[in-house]
Amino acid sequence: MISFRVNGRSGVPPYLQIVQQVRQALRMGVLDVGDQLPTVREVVAAVAVNPNTVLKAYRDLEREGLVEARAGHGTFVRKRPPGPPPGTHSRLGRSLARWVREARGAGLDDESMESLLRVTLRAADAADSNSEESA
Amino acid sequence: MSTAVETHELSKRYRRVSALTECTVTVPEGRVSALVGPNGAGKTTLLRILAGLASPTGGTACVLGGAPRQDPAFLAEIGFLAQEIPLYGRFTAEDHIRIGAHMNPRWDSALARTRLAELRIPLDQRVGTLSGGQRAQVALALTLAKRPRLLLLDEPVAALDPLARRNFLATLASGMADAEGGLTVVLSSHLITDLERVCDHIVLLTGSRVQLCGDIEALLAEHKILVGPRKDTAPIERTHRVVQTAATPRQSTLLVRLSGPVVDPAYQAEDVTLEELVLAYMGAGEASAGRHLTTVGEGS
Repeated sequence: MISFRVNGRSGVPPYLQIVQQVRQALRMGVLDVGDQLPTVREVVAAVAVNPNTVLKAYRDLEREGLVEARAGHGTFVRKRPPGPPPGTHSRLGRSLARWVREARGAGLDDESMESLLRVTLRAADAADSNSEESA
Repeated sequence: MSTAVETHELSKRYRRVSALTECTVTVPEGRVSALVGPNGAGKTTLLRILAGLASPTGGTACVLGGAPRQDPAFLAEIGFLAQEIPLYGRFTAEDHIRIGAHMNPRWDSALARTRLAELRIPLDQRVGTLSGGQRAQVALALTLAKRPRLLLLDEPVAALDPLARRNFLATLASGMADAEGGLTVVLSSHLITDLERVCDHIVLLTGSRVQLCGDIEALLAEHKILVGPRKDTAPIERTHRVVQTAATPRQSTLLVRLSGPVVDPAYQAEDVTLEELVLAYMGAGEASAGRHLTTVGEGS
């Protein structure tokens, strides 16, 4: 079972925060196929959000095919989102942490690192689309 | 979806003062509506009319399919929690639960006892000796035990500390979940971050008039902040409604309600937060009230 956090000041709508936290838990392997999500009643009692918000989040996840509602029992994980197995994330996370340490050592602050990541992602996208066009 | 609350050009005058002026409001069933506006805008008056405690001097109100009235069948379906929490200080929570059971046909004593036990609020202690947060929780638990279809809450969390407020809202949200869509809430408050968590609908009053009424998500999508060079805003105003303008010698910032895409590439459109939206409409309402020299009545 996982618990949710809802940040009122993040700018991300509360229902989307719940959707993202479920997807994240599935990617990281915190949630697995067959696991039950907390009931709407449990979520609202813990984080004080509108029950409609939780229902909307669960419906979105259901439409994506990630969870299924079983009448009278609750909502259960049906499959993991497409993408690499959970171990991949933690492995890449570790190598990214090494990179962040190196960048800090070289005097980069968080903002410079974020913009470097964005620039690199954009460059990689451009390279990908070029190779697709030439293929 | 059916409608829990619907008013049409609802007005209330106290002698020469208008507390509500032609207010048209719709709240669909199963929603939590935030009733916001400056003090004296008419929030309490609107809640009292919906609860059947005051009668309008103009227009109509329809609550749960009928006009609000002082009859047992109507009142059985309405929960109303006034600003000054109405409890008997010398009685215990258990006394209140038993009194409620005598007076209300659909009363659920077990619900109230369970909820107060969850919150570790003693049932056998005089309510007058409990903390403000605990008293608010007792009052809310009692109101929910009535199993109303419409819950009207007048600034219930104003006097509470942040933890008590969070607990109060959690109890409210649990009550909503238990009712499975059969409970509609109208909640007045000044605390926008609290409202953002629990409300999915908003009614905004300024100077006795409705400025905004609708689904929060839809309203946020309809409004944008346009940031651009300082220039004539008339072309924008022809297509969109400008709610608020702020300008420096070089830059202007407009909060607009869009009716179509913004064509001028000089403007950069940014999303609005609920707080920005509320503040802009409150500011606009006050400015127009000043222009027309409207008397703003104190809600009683």
